[in-house]
Amino acid sequence: MKHEHTELCAQLQSELPDYLDGEARAEICRAIETHLADCDDCRVVVDTLKKTITLYRNAPCEDVPQDVHARLVRVLSLVSTNDERINE
Amino acid sequence: MDNDSELVHAAQNGDQRAFAQLVEKYEARVYNLARKMMRDPQDAEDVLQETFISVFRHLKDFQGDASFSTWLYRIATNASLMKLRGRKTPPLSLDAPVEMDDAGALPREIVDWGITPEEALLSGEVRAQMDAAVDALPESLRAVFVLRDIEGLSVQETADVLSISVPNVKTRLHRARLMLRENLSEYFKRAK
Repeated sequence: MKHEHTELCAQLQSELPDYLDGEARAEICRAIETHLADCDDCRVVVDTLKKTITLYRNAPCEDVPQDVHARLVRVLSLVSTNDERINE
Repeated sequence: MDNDSELVHAAQNGDQRAFAQLVEKYEARVYNLARKMMRDPQDAEDVLQETFISVFRHLKDFQGDASFSTWLYRIATNASLMKLRGRKTPPLSLDAPVEMDDAGALPREIVDWGITPEEALLSGEVRAQMDAAVDALPESLRAVFVLRDIEGLSVQETADVLSISVPNVKTRLHRARLMLRENLSEYFKRAK
């Protein structure tokens, strides 16, 4: 389904960034929520935008593979030794 | 010793164990940032190494004007952007205005995903699609999104790391979220 944008929908888009981050003023929030109650398309868009943010914020953090960690420690040790030698 | 300021101060005075503690504390965060910014795992490892070599060599110049983590993220992000662009100086185009034309700024796919984020995150295929969607972002949007929504920095911290304005962060962040939403909506529509 493709969204047919009305003027109100476009206006909502411009207010969305602050609304999604909980930084919109109370009257803006009320106006957005009133529009969402009447506009199914915008409600889906806002819902899926919120889900997008939640998905990425809750995605598990990747552990550093052991071999990657071991090579980092080795490189830093080499750099440290090398820099000390240069400074002597 | 677990406070960053104490660790940094000790490391600046040659305490190698303090430096090792800083590496241990931030290694996973830098690696995650690099993995999201770079497509290639080897490039991400290079960014990880370059970041901590740079921290090791420049820690003595760190004055504490910003927090250590902001300074570290700045180094890691610049290392990622430089590697992505294959050049020796950090790109200057991040502060350029973002064109918010209607075609890019307004949503096209209106699909109820029919799945909660909690359910979606259990699927390896969804997580792979999420990574592909981030990879598909233009790099200036990707950097803002990774720092703010994946690494969890505040808007102000993201602006400080990237040396761009707060309104610029907000504009890029919203554009990135819209593009990711379109990408994931298309995926969930196909998957239905």
